[in-house]
Amino acid sequence: MLTTSEKEQIEQEIRQVPVKKAACIEALKIVQQHRRWVSDEGIRDVADILEMSPEEVDSVATFYNLIFRQPVGRHIILLCDSISCYVMGFRDLHRQLVNLLGIQYGQTTPDGRFTLLPNPCLGTCDHAPALMVDQDLYRDLAPDVLENILAKYT
Amino acid sequence: MERPLTQHITFPPLGLRQYEAVGGYQAARKAIRHMTPPEVTALVKESNLKGRGGAGFSTGMKWSFVPMDVSGPKYLVANADEMEPGTFKDRWLLEGNPHQLIEGMIVSAFAIQATESFVFLRWAYKAAAEEIRKAIQEAYDAGYLGKNILGSDYSLDMHLHTGVGRYMCGEETALLNSLEGKRATPRAKPPFPQVSGLFGKPTIVNNVETLSYIPHIVNKGAAWFQSLSHTADGGTKIYGVSGKVNKPGAWELPMGVTMRELIEEHAGGMKNGYRFRGVLPGGASTDFLVEEHMDVKMDFAGVAAAGSRLGTGTMVVLDDQTCPVGFVHNLEHFFAQESCGFCTPCREGLPWTEKLLWAIEQGQGREEDLALLASHATLLGPGNTFCALAPGAMEPLQSALKYFRDDFERHIKEQKCPYGDHIH
Repeated sequence: MLTTSEKEQIEQEIRQVPVKKAACIEALKIVQQHRRWVSDEGIRDVADILEMSPEEVDSVATFYNLIFRQPVGRHIILLCDSISCYVMGFRDLHRQLVNLLGIQYGQTTPDGRFTLLPNPCLGTCDHAPALMVDQDLYRDLAPDVLENILAKYT
Repeated sequence: MERPLTQHITFPPLGLRQYEAVGGYQAARKAIRHMTPPEVTALVKESNLKGRGGAGFSTGMKWSFVPMDVSGPKYLVANADEMEPGTFKDRWLLEGNPHQLIEGMIVSAFAIQATESFVFLRWAYKAAAEEIRKAIQEAYDAGYLGKNILGSDYSLDMHLHTGVGRYMCGEETALLNSLEGKRATPRAKPPFPQVSGLFGKPTIVNNVETLSYIPHIVNKGAAWFQSLSHTADGGTKIYGVSGKVNKPGAWELPMGVTMRELIEEHAGGMKNGYRFRGVLPGGASTDFLVEEHMDVKMDFAGVAAAGSRLGTGTMVVLDDQTCPVGFVHNLEHFFAQESCGFCTPCREGLPWTEKLLWAIEQGQGREEDLALLASHATLLGPGNTFCALAPGAMEPLQSALKYFRDDFERHIKEQKCPYGDHIH
């Protein structure tokens, strides 16, 4: 069940658009903001409020890589795996992250602290290699600084 | 040398009053108070400003296709979904001078008499989102947005939309589907968005760099814009270089500087111990250029004549210690992942391309694989797919097969990567 606050936020988005369906992505973002991911129940709830079928909502949700349809950790690591970061050594960062966290892409640490995901070009190629943790961008990285970066996130 | 686009970039960026103090919002005043919408469009057309998002289509021409005699909503969208791998120019403009973009959007919206406007910003640009949100609010408070702008009868609303990923959103019709809350699959053209775009209404989608130029053209005119350039494509351009160079970065320079000037002068040449082998001149979806192209003028016609595209103008350098097969595999992995899956050649062909390259890089390539790769470059090329994603993906592949063929052959012959590189 959506909370009152989730419902109110979604209703507000609906008022901004000419047809209810057009608020679909915003609604999914709102549910994810509150719950970190969107469950099957979340999909059904969004479908109800937007008068869409759950399948249609899910087709949108699963299209976008930053709507999470599985539980994720408290912090999301997005490692840029595109071309400038490839040339500048993101694979060394990847190896080090796998060592430090003991997980592969798409997995979450057993303590629920981190989820590790690859992400296309973060648009900071003159400072490659780069990654984001939640809202924060880290650039000009070398493997040996990763441990200190991760320590900031509990 | 004049640098209109970047001269007032600061971090944090200028607030509204500071922006006004350096001449900001003068173009909005001039256009809305002293020009008619067709006059603004005619001026932009005369300047020969070409879209800075990659396609290079005349901006004024694009606007001129919007029907002016229909009532009801019309839309202007700033494409700030910068996701072309190797591209980092719009981030600079978004974070460094958001009011310049907003003023450009107001003037452009006025030219097509748009009623509502959107900044479609990619998820990853968190700092830009904050600056733009702040700047839009300031523009409302100062009367540059909202009802009866500057006391005229023109009204315009502006919203910030932040995306949730997917490269496809940068394609303008897919972007419009995404703004409508749908999957970002491209639409059939015609009808073109200028006639039937967002929610079926006339819509213009322009790149951030393009829109940021509009205030300067309105203030200083078409002849001035032309005079900034080394070539027939007017203006300055934001160029960038990344890879194993001494000073990776982005610079605003006259349109038509040479590749040599960019790489050797501005980017400071190759890092010690690395040699230049080639470059993607304008992002991941452009054909490689090599040493013999160093003196090519980096404008739309110059790069096209050399067999590639200016694209976004931000280059990625391939050095002699990075395996070209691994490099191209990385690109095709990206394109295969980002295919929307709507049309068969792209959905099926790109993963095949990626797998073939992976096999070659891992030392499992077969002799016939090179012909197979070359056939994909044709089958996924222009005219065979629904949108430009797969043809774009084939550009670096086909040119790598041409310029770095020896590398591909050695991988297959030696059944290993000669660079000792491996993919994971």
